[in-house]
Amino acid sequence: MSSDVVKRGLAFIEWLDRLGNVNRRWLVKSEDATDPRYGCIPTERPIEEAVRKGLLVIDKPPGPTSHEVVAWIKRMFNVERAGHGGTLEPNP
Amino acid sequence: MHSVKEYVALMELHRDVDAERVVEVLKKFVGKIYQRPPLRSSVKRALRIREIYEIEVLEIEGRHVLFRVKCQSGTYIRKLCHDVGLILGVEAHMRELRRIATAHFREEHAVRLQEVSEALYIWKELGDESFLRKVLMPAEAIVAHLPKVVVKDGAVDAIAHGAQLAVPGISRVHEGVSKGDLVAIMTLKGELVALGRAQMSSEEMVSMEKGIAVTPTRVFIEPGKYPRMWKKRGGGEGRKS
Repeated sequence: MSSDVVKRGLAFIEWLDRLGNVNRRWLVKSEDATDPRYGCIPTERPIEEAVRKGLLVIDKPPGPTSHEVVAWIKRMFNVERAGHGGTLEPNP
Repeated sequence: MHSVKEYVALMELHRDVDAERVVEVLKKFVGKIYQRPPLRSSVKRALRIREIYEIEVLEIEGRHVLFRVKCQSGTYIRKLCHDVGLILGVEAHMRELRRIATAHFREEHAVRLQEVSEALYIWKELGDESFLRKVLMPAEAIVAHLPKVVVKDGAVDAIAHGAQLAVPGISRVHEGVSKGDLVAIMTLKGELVALGRAQMSSEEMVSMEKGIAVTPTRVFIEPGKYPRMWKKRGGGEGRKS
């Protein structure tokens, strides 16, 4: 079990919070460690996995539709599944 | 999808108007406005209310008005320009439009298609993945705006198999979560496990010893990514690794 990995994992979550303008403090229930043998800090994923679990914020030029741009991206990356929501939207 | 949008738009007036008058009329559009979706639109053309949060005039040159607008999802800026023209009494239309933000994703995060293409080439042909890493954002960025519940390793695989998040599985939680709020369940490494509805407040999640804290609505992590610490009901043996 590793507390160093937790430190880096929580630092990544804090980066997310800054990105999303989330300004909340943590309520800590228990200080836990995490087993480095399972899972991976998102920024440290092997590149193939980073592609599969990644998103691109594309500066779409005028002209091609969002749909066309997604088709190009799919071909460039050789992936089956890719989507867009308008132009650059989160989709929860 | 229903996130705040921000644009820079170029509006062209059809006759001369004093710059002060243009600014004054544009300011009147801040707040809740009625809008009927244009003929060429993908939604039902019923009159609806949309909110404009901010309008800032950046530049006026002759009949060209450059402005920044922050608005609710589903606001038609082309329609806004047209309506501003009606109020000014000179008519107007939208010449150009650029979206500069959707929710927390902003123009400065955006990369050009050429950059993506080059980063891919450098990775595939030259074996250097560093540029590709720079253009990609982890998918977790999608939930950046949500309050987060961080769970212990032992709780992850149960959620991956459809279980609810019980209080003992929680490591930490953002303050100020109320029952019914949408939250992101994360691992201690920062991976997105699931999205879910809080079944209690964050204060209760910390003080209670048992109970359901979050009901997942969408699970992202794959089963088997984390060790299985839970037991199947009816005699199935829990594998501990």
